[in-house]
Amino acid sequence: MKQLLLGNEAVARGLYEAGCGVVSSYPGTPSTEITECAAKYEEIYAEWAPNEKVAMEVALGAAIGGRRAFCGMKHVGVNVAADPLFTASYSGVNAGLVIGVADDPGMHSSQNEQDSRHYAASAKVPMLEPADSEDSCTYAKLAFELSEKFDTPVMLRMSTRISHSQSLVEIGERQELPLKEYQKNPAKYVMMPAFAKPKHVVVEKRTEALREYAETAPINQIFWGDTKIGVIAAGSTYMYAREVLGDKASYLKLGMVNPLPVRLIQDFAAKVDTLYVIEELDDVIETHCRKIGVKVIGKDLFPWIGEFSQKLIAEKLFGKAEDTYTFPETVPMRPPVLCAGCPHRGLFYVLNQLKVMVSGDIGCYTLGASAPLSAMDTTICMGASISGLHGFNIARGEESAAKSVAVIGDSTFIHSGITGLIDISYNQGISTVIVLDNSITGMTGHQQNPTTGYTLKGDPTAKVSIEKVCNAVGINRVRVVDPYNLEETRKAIEEELAVKEPSVIISRRPCALLKYVKHNPPLKIDTERCRGCKVCLKMGCPAISVVNGKAVIDDTLCVGCGVCTELCRFGAIGKGAETK
Amino acid sequence: MNQNIMIVGVGGQGSLLASKMLGHVVMQAGYDVKVSEVHGMSQRGGSVVTYVKYSDQKVWSPVINEGEADIIISFELLEATRWVSFLKKDGTLVVNDQQIAPMPVIMGTAQYPEDVAGKLRGLGVNLKLFDALHLAEKAGNAKATNVVLMGAVANAMDFPEEMWQKALEECVPPKFLDLNRKAFALGRSQK
Repeated sequence: MKQLLLGNEAVARGLYEAGCGVVSSYPGTPSTEITECAAKYEEIYAEWAPNEKVAMEVALGAAIGGRRAFCGMKHVGVNVAADPLFTASYSGVNAGLVIGVADDPGMHSSQNEQDSRHYAASAKVPMLEPADSEDSCTYAKLAFELSEKFDTPVMLRMSTRISHSQSLVEIGERQELPLKEYQKNPAKYVMMPAFAKPKHVVVEKRTEALREYAETAPINQIFWGDTKIGVIAAGSTYMYAREVLGDKASYLKLGMVNPLPVRLIQDFAAKVDTLYVIEELDDVIETHCRKIGVKVIGKDLFPWIGEFSQKLIAEKLFGKAEDTYTFPETVPMRPPVLCAGCPHRGLFYVLNQLKVMVSGDIGCYTLGASAPLSAMDTTICMGASISGLHGFNIARGEESAAKSVAVIGDSTFIHSGITGLIDISYNQGISTVIVLDNSITGMTGHQQNPTTGYTLKGDPTAKVSIEKVCNAVGINRVRVVDPYNLEETRKAIEEELAVKEPSVIISRRPCALLKYVKHNPPLKIDTERCRGCKVCLKMGCPAISVVNGKAVIDDTLCVGCGVCTELCRFGAIGKGAETK
Repeated sequence: MNQNIMIVGVGGQGSLLASKMLGHVVMQAGYDVKVSEVHGMSQRGGSVVTYVKYSDQKVWSPVINEGEADIIISFELLEATRWVSFLKKDGTLVVNDQQIAPMPVIMGTAQYPEDVAGKLRGLGVNLKLFDALHLAEKAGNAKATNVVLMGAVANAMDFPEEMWQKALEECVPPKFLDLNRKAFALGRSQK
């Protein structure tokens, strides 16, 4: 039976069918749905880990323990998990271990555009790259077989277009696997120098064996068409090329992107007149081709930056541009914004008013960087708000600490904010940290985390108390504010900035999109009182605009949070019942 | 036979349900299909686009580029202007006559274009403009705007009514089914 599945759903289906028993991941667009879908299968134990490093260690532990295991993350998550990855390559596995990593060419929802194929090459582990949902399911299953056959973790490289596109998948049965026997084997699993040195030899031999496998791997496929043009591609770029060129070219579709075959590429190259390597981001396949003496056209023609499309390929090859409709005016941009009723809005409004330096982090609240709130100075990576602020204030001194804060979400704080806070506490910093606790992992679409009191499967569990964590690492000044209350929030920030010791303010209110959050009726403008001063626009709420000199509230968006009523000096915004 | 359909709008307007419905209908008809969605950051009130492609042959690329869409369904007026270059010259543009000001317009740093419908018609676009939000409210809930729009789109496509009804049953929670059937019928009545 065929089903229409998202690439990520199809990976989850592949995990299920392959008899995978343990999944541990940290959410990150575009990888999140793999784990959410895997969690729907009763046969799979699935959890959100506090970060990708922990997730990979849990999955590796489960694989060593004898269950097929998976961990999923976005491309930048591999940076966090790189430590276990590189040594898991040496130890190898017992039952199979598959690591799903989703790249984001075009940066739809990411802070950089790194190419995770380099990780597979430098950690010396095989990497498979599906080109649609059907591939995603079958490659996930194949990845487990390869993991066990070659005693290595296997990476499955997704990308935004594959993860978030639906296509038809042939559904199969689950293969139930018995728990594999675990045998104590220090030479395999204890990676200290005496054991790691011989293991490195094993890794190099394994790479040779995998390269040989790549020569005849069923997922490295040639499709013959006209031989004037040859195309080597993987993943979505293969699909784009095939749409543009159809039978007018021949294709080598690489389902395995590390290690890359040698003879297969040389033989294919010998049979075509002009050979293109079409790959998004870096020149990984192209460099390999040059190394083995195959002449190709690659990055001389195709960009290093951004997502490809059939149009881009057609234009690069044929230079043709379609005659299309053009709207006769400049169309205003529609950037993403904090939602109406978002608890972060009040906090960022206050930070904007206080004109402090804001060391930012990764989450919905990164949108606080946009106008009109414009209350963010830096955003680098998960957790960098706190440690980065500490460094900033060491460089600039006490005066700086009185005029700067770090902002970090609840899930990000657990992910890698705590270590930064320990650094401040241990090294006698005096910085002020604001934890934006909206009771959920927001940006990736509402995942539970250790502070929410629920597991990935929806079961109630112990809540990690942010207050107690802060106290335990040596922060004595910890206080909670409601960001809907601007005055209370402003006062708290001013007081904590004034003291010469480290402090944490927890700005606490659940995300307005959570189902259990009750909304108030939309607010109304009293048009007689409204002077059209536009002060209410300064908090960047998408529900308020000014039309013909008067404020207007869009009642399809307004959730009645009331923050705007605190800004209005003329009492012109009120509940529907109060004003006419 | 290849058909390329785009669903565009503002994050939060319910375009994912619309594409899910369309995917169901196309599958019932036995076509190969690909649906490409937007998740993550741009969902937060940003401009969002969903591509639905189906064919009696294999569908390769999951995305639709400029000049390739047979039908564009726009949940909002400004978004119709943003994506109109993706429409084929003989394509159909179905637009909900609703304006949602983006932040640069709210801030006064950009202007919401005036007389959008006139300007789109001026390009020679086959435009079907109607107030789907109003019809959804008439059906009982503003949130059913997406289903009203799908009703209107169904008129521009060749699938039998039963397939659409079956897709509704599959995609909508049972307690909202009656409301959505009404919303769909109101969209269908837009000729």
